[in-house]
Amino acid sequence: MLCPLERRLKPAATNTDMNDQAPAKIRVEHLSFYYGDFQAIADLSLTIRPREVFGLMGPSKSGKSTFLRVLNRMCDLFPGARVEGRAWLDDEDLMAPDCDLVRLRRRVGLVLSKPVPLPRSIMENLTMAPRLAGQRDREELAALAEASLKAAQLWEEVKDRLQDSALKLSGGQQQRLCLARTLAMEPEVILLDEPTSGLDPISTAKIEQTLSELKKSYTIILVSNNTKQIARATDRVAFLLMGDLVEVGDTDRVFTVPKDKRTDDYISGRFG
Amino acid sequence: MLRLHPRTVQTLMKSLLWAMTGFTLLILVFIIVDISIKGLPQVTPGFLSHEPQDMGRAGGIFSTVVATAYITLLAILLAAPFGVGTAIYLTEYTREGWTTRIIRFGSECLAGVPSIILGLFGFVLFVMKLGLGWSVLSGALTLAIMVLPIIIRTSEEAIKAVPEEYREACYSLGLSQWQTITRIVLPSALPGITTGIMLSVGRSLGETAVLLFTAGAALRTPLSVFDSGRTMAVHFYILAREGLSMPNAYGTAAVLVISILAINLAAYTLMQRLMKRYS
Repeated sequence: MLCPLERRLKPAATNTDMNDQAPAKIRVEHLSFYYGDFQAIADLSLTIRPREVFGLMGPSKSGKSTFLRVLNRMCDLFPGARVEGRAWLDDEDLMAPDCDLVRLRRRVGLVLSKPVPLPRSIMENLTMAPRLAGQRDREELAALAEASLKAAQLWEEVKDRLQDSALKLSGGQQQRLCLARTLAMEPEVILLDEPTSGLDPISTAKIEQTLSELKKSYTIILVSNNTKQIARATDRVAFLLMGDLVEVGDTDRVFTVPKDKRTDDYISGRFG
Repeated sequence: MLRLHPRTVQTLMKSLLWAMTGFTLLILVFIIVDISIKGLPQVTPGFLSHEPQDMGRAGGIFSTVVATAYITLLAILLAAPFGVGTAIYLTEYTREGWTTRIIRFGSECLAGVPSIILGLFGFVLFVMKLGLGWSVLSGALTLAIMVLPIIIRTSEEAIKAVPEEYREACYSLGLSQWQTITRIVLPSALPGITTGIMLSVGRSLGETAVLLFTAGAALRTPLSVFDSGRTMAVHFYILAREGLSMPNAYGTAAVLVISILAINLAAYTLMQRLMKRYS
């Protein structure tokens, strides 16, 4: 099913981890992150390839969400936070002091675990970011909104009430709206922070189905507490524990023959 | 020692609290009814549209209505941007620390300054030092200083009440901090900010001491901001104090109280509409 470009970008799955040889969308080297004295991430090095769904799993407080927030520099908002190490998106240095945060956040979209629709209409939620990025054409915006809603599998449910307040949607619809809102920014990377933690199984299935569609055109990083979801929805996975990277590799390999005993324990549910 | 059943205590306390609320309401109703009975008979179209004559013993209150509207509007136009701006700075652009605490303490102290002292300050600074004389402008500037703490305080509370998630969502959508503030934070905080501004309008409409010192008591209709003007509250004070005409004093009071009530009601309705739009 892969198109030639994707086949070129995405090496055939093997049992060995080929971080160094693979082309990188995101590269992180020796990343450490501190909240005051608490070290949330310790010396993490990772490569994330273009157009893959990369999973991050681990118990709470293992640094998963923090890692996502480093990638779009939302970590700057935490008071008393400090970051060490380097990170690149393509060739752009994310830690550079002159990094344009507004542009970066448009390239790297973040969907939070709790859906936060803005207190506006469904339409305005979708068009706010592209409009402020300079897109003024009403028809273009409407088309973009429709495409994003369709991609997030929400179009059929809301197409007749786009002017209604987004707060009136159900939880699952709100989460898909937040995903659609991120897609409408036309980002390159999508970060998903436990996007289905508050959702029922049907909404969860819809979101996962959406992900498998989206990875054709986006690089996706999925953080989840749900190991089954990680196994279902990701190509490669990293297991984090208390800020340490325990293991990284192809999802099939990690879930069948984990190299580290702690990974084995975690995925088989013996702790976490 | 007397021991009461919790249910009895519950009933007792409920009645007590109800009585307190009732008493507060009763005072308000009493004031409005009293002023209406004594004042409303004077309030005719002519009373509103004619200039005062013979020091206010005869004629209407047209010039004082104009002066009141003029001074209040100017004061709010001056104070609202400064107050809301300060509140935005304190909540969005600074981290809680000793500087913000000093600014907040300063603004609270400003709120505690008696209006007569503030009037004297306005007289010394605006009327004398800056040479603005007794004028609409001097009065409005001093009133603006008086209501600034109210606007800062209420706007700050309103902005703080906007969920932090909204800001996070906006940043992750690539909105700049300023876009986040203007597109999402301020619209969500608008009902609270409006409340603060309406409170300030009420305070300004009724303020007397400050304006005696700064706006003067000229009975002519003020045309430019450098003209002296007598507001309704000052007019009422002078009519009552000098015993010129109690009926006209009450007429003025009735107009003043009713306009304050009407403005509050209008603001409340407007706010309800806004809330509906954004939720």
